[in-house]
Amino acid sequence: MNQQEIRDKLFEQFGEEVIKGEDLFRDQVTLTVDRSRIAPVCRFLKEDPELAFDFLSFVGAVDRYPSRPRFEVLYQLYSLQRNHRFRIKALVDETDSEPAAIDSVVSLWPTADWHERETAEMFGITFKGHPDPRKLLLPEEWTCHPLRKDFHVEGNDEETPDLPRKVEQGS
Amino acid sequence: MGISSYLDDTVHVTSLDWFINWSRKSSMWPLGFGLACCALEMIATFVSRFDTSRFGMEVVRPSPRQADLMIVAGTASKKMLPAILRIYEQMAEPRWVVAMGACACTGGIYKNYAVVQGIDRHLPVDVYIPGCPPRPEALIDGLLQLHARVMKESGGQRAKLKSVKAVAR
Repeated sequence: MNQQEIRDKLFEQFGEEVIKGEDLFRDQVTLTVDRSRIAPVCRFLKEDPELAFDFLSFVGAVDRYPSRPRFEVLYQLYSLQRNHRFRIKALVDETDSEPAAIDSVVSLWPTADWHERETAEMFGITFKGHPDPRKLLLPEEWTCHPLRKDFHVEGNDEETPDLPRKVEQGS
Repeated sequence: MGISSYLDDTVHVTSLDWFINWSRKSSMWPLGFGLACCALEMIATFVSRFDTSRFGMEVVRPSPRQADLMIVAGTASKKMLPAILRIYEQMAEPRWVVAMGACACTGGIYKNYAVVQGIDRHLPVDVYIPGCPPRPEALIDGLLQLHARVMKESGGQRAKLKSVKAVAR
């Protein structure tokens, strides 16, 4: 199926209540999905026999600071069976009372595990229902989110200290 | 004169410091330890084209227990730092550290949150070699400067010098 056919099929299934917008760029369609419905949309994309997106290429995020909503979480999909690709995204906002959060898709595509862990630590987005929500690349003790636009890229000794030598038990 | 002429060049007389320093600098074994692209220049320096065996340094040791010299060749990321410190602590004294390249000296172009801004924040560096990466000639010059520095040590104490010129042998 080509991009337009996939788009039409998703609109037919979910309607404009779930699919909040679409972008067309160089014949590539990007659909913006409602944040709370990301799991059912992904499940449909994976399990529908015509779409059959059995491979999740990538999960990432974009920080649109200072505009609102602040984050876009991107899902780049590929179907090995059908040899077609598609991209969906969800807008995620962060308020003082409510941290940025979206449902995890690890139960659909196990490869989302590390992608979501990296996105979580780099942007500070919580993936709800993730089976192993530890940090992936950054040191455990760092609390900052380096890929946020308001993060000072040089870091500092308080937020991103040099790691000390780990002292083993008994030494 | 004196005792030297009497012994007629069969025995050489010198100070103990000089002899210890000369022994140390003439068989300084480096640690096989590279972090980034500088490691390739370091390897090129060790092997036959540039050939550090001319300075008694061809024995690159894989184990820090047998090495005297740590050449920090490349970008030290903050996550790598615990391993670097551990390797340094495993080296037997006396031990020396050369910061090779812009990254090891100052962080270089990587002025960001993930890279240690100069390994001298954590290790006592003896010689800094600028360059990105330094050519093997530059590394050899740095090693000779280190040798000259070792020759100025006294009683096992590091020489406190502002600048050291490599000495002719």
